[in-house]
Amino acid sequence: MTCDEAEVLLHALIDGELDAGHTRDVENHVAGCSRCAAALRDYRELSRMVAETGARYTAPVALRQRIEAALPQPKAVPNRRAVLRGFAMGSAVSALAATGLVAIVLRNDDVDRIQSEVVSAHLRSLQAGHLTDVVSTDQHTVKPWFNGKLDVSPPVVDLTAQGFTLIGGRLDYVDARAIGAVVYRRRQHIINLFVAQTANTERRSARIDTVQGFNIRHWSDRGLNYWAVSDLAKDELSDFGEKFESAMRSPR
Amino acid sequence: MPSKASDHDPEKARRFREAALPYLDDAYTLARYLLRDATDAEDAVQECYLRAFRHFDSYRGPAMKPWLFAILRNVCRAEYARRATALTSPIEDVPERAEQTPLWHEAQETPEGQIIRAKDSHAIRRLIATLAEPFREAFVLREIQNLSYREIADVAEVPVGTVMSRLARARAMLRSAWLAEQEQSK
Repeated sequence: MTCDEAEVLLHALIDGELDAGHTRDVENHVAGCSRCAAALRDYRELSRMVAETGARYTAPVALRQRIEAALPQPKAVPNRRAVLRGFAMGSAVSALAATGLVAIVLRNDDVDRIQSEVVSAHLRSLQAGHLTDVVSTDQHTVKPWFNGKLDVSPPVVDLTAQGFTLIGGRLDYVDARAIGAVVYRRRQHIINLFVAQTANTERRSARIDTVQGFNIRHWSDRGLNYWAVSDLAKDELSDFGEKFESAMRSPR
Repeated sequence: MPSKASDHDPEKARRFREAALPYLDDAYTLARYLLRDATDAEDAVQECYLRAFRHFDSYRGPAMKPWLFAILRNVCRAEYARRATALTSPIEDVPERAEQTPLWHEAQETPEGQIIRAKDSHAIRRLIATLAEPFREAFVLREIQNLSYREIADVAEVPVGTVMSRLARARAMLRSAWLAEQEQSK
């Protein structure tokens, strides 16, 4: 094999596109040709650098919202859980909020769907690099970070002393709308606390559900809906919720 | 394009969201590299998703990512044409003979300073941006988007052999620029 032939086939070798016969030919050539060997080494290094330096871009939040807003919105399917009637979730930076409308009231029968979306958002957050947009154990850093990104800033409470470490915050999407997520950790378990505005200011005590193997503690207080999602056991997640609610009630 | 009844179908919208929205960052990345402008990239990706949604009824494959990319690429082509007419921004200059230009030619044209520094994503992005369009496209689809040669060929609407030669040239140009930088810093 000549260098000219190897020059093109080197790339197919790097990219895993070469059949066994040609792979052997190219490798034999490279073994005896220092020029092609150097090229192969540099190209591999180049690939590694591109992969490692984050040459990728992240789509702006506003773009995602514009696309979401242009798609037909999901229709509610009638559902037996009328017992949860009255739940409502506020939009955050939805396209509607941008036009000045704020509270979007969901139908009560959307509760199931929202729970499963909250679990999906939790799962997404566990993928590498998706957990936090702002990383800080300081509530006075995390809280202001949300300002201007959502029309309601989620309360950020430091529960380190109670055994739940604050690790940051994130913008997420539930029900096709931006929503604040405050992230805590208990040992190796992540807790995502999703917070959204609701039109209903009445306090609703917590209930715990299990969706796809994750526990969700949901409660409402002072016009905000909360969903704490984690793979923590129910009693520990309850403990988290109670500590959070009690910290919210205590004068600060 | 006329709107179809299915364009208002929330169930179709739900399936589309699940299938296509996970690739939003990928699509935006490709658009940024193809158009080299953040605002144009946003517009192109939005248009791509709207077109994809309209055609989602007839989508049978290939994989979602290359399918979206093929649509996005057409949107970007339209943008090139608009720029060429408007003459407000530099036109992509890809002469016919570009494919036959010797490998070392472009490396010399790489502006000084636009050189890779390890671990510097900004430098890498700028360096990739200096590649002429067909080479940049092949390089980004392979190295950043991890498409196979066959998928790249389908997206770029060229034979696999052309993909291979473009990729070879793109890497050779980047390597020259990189080696030149190492030479300078000695």
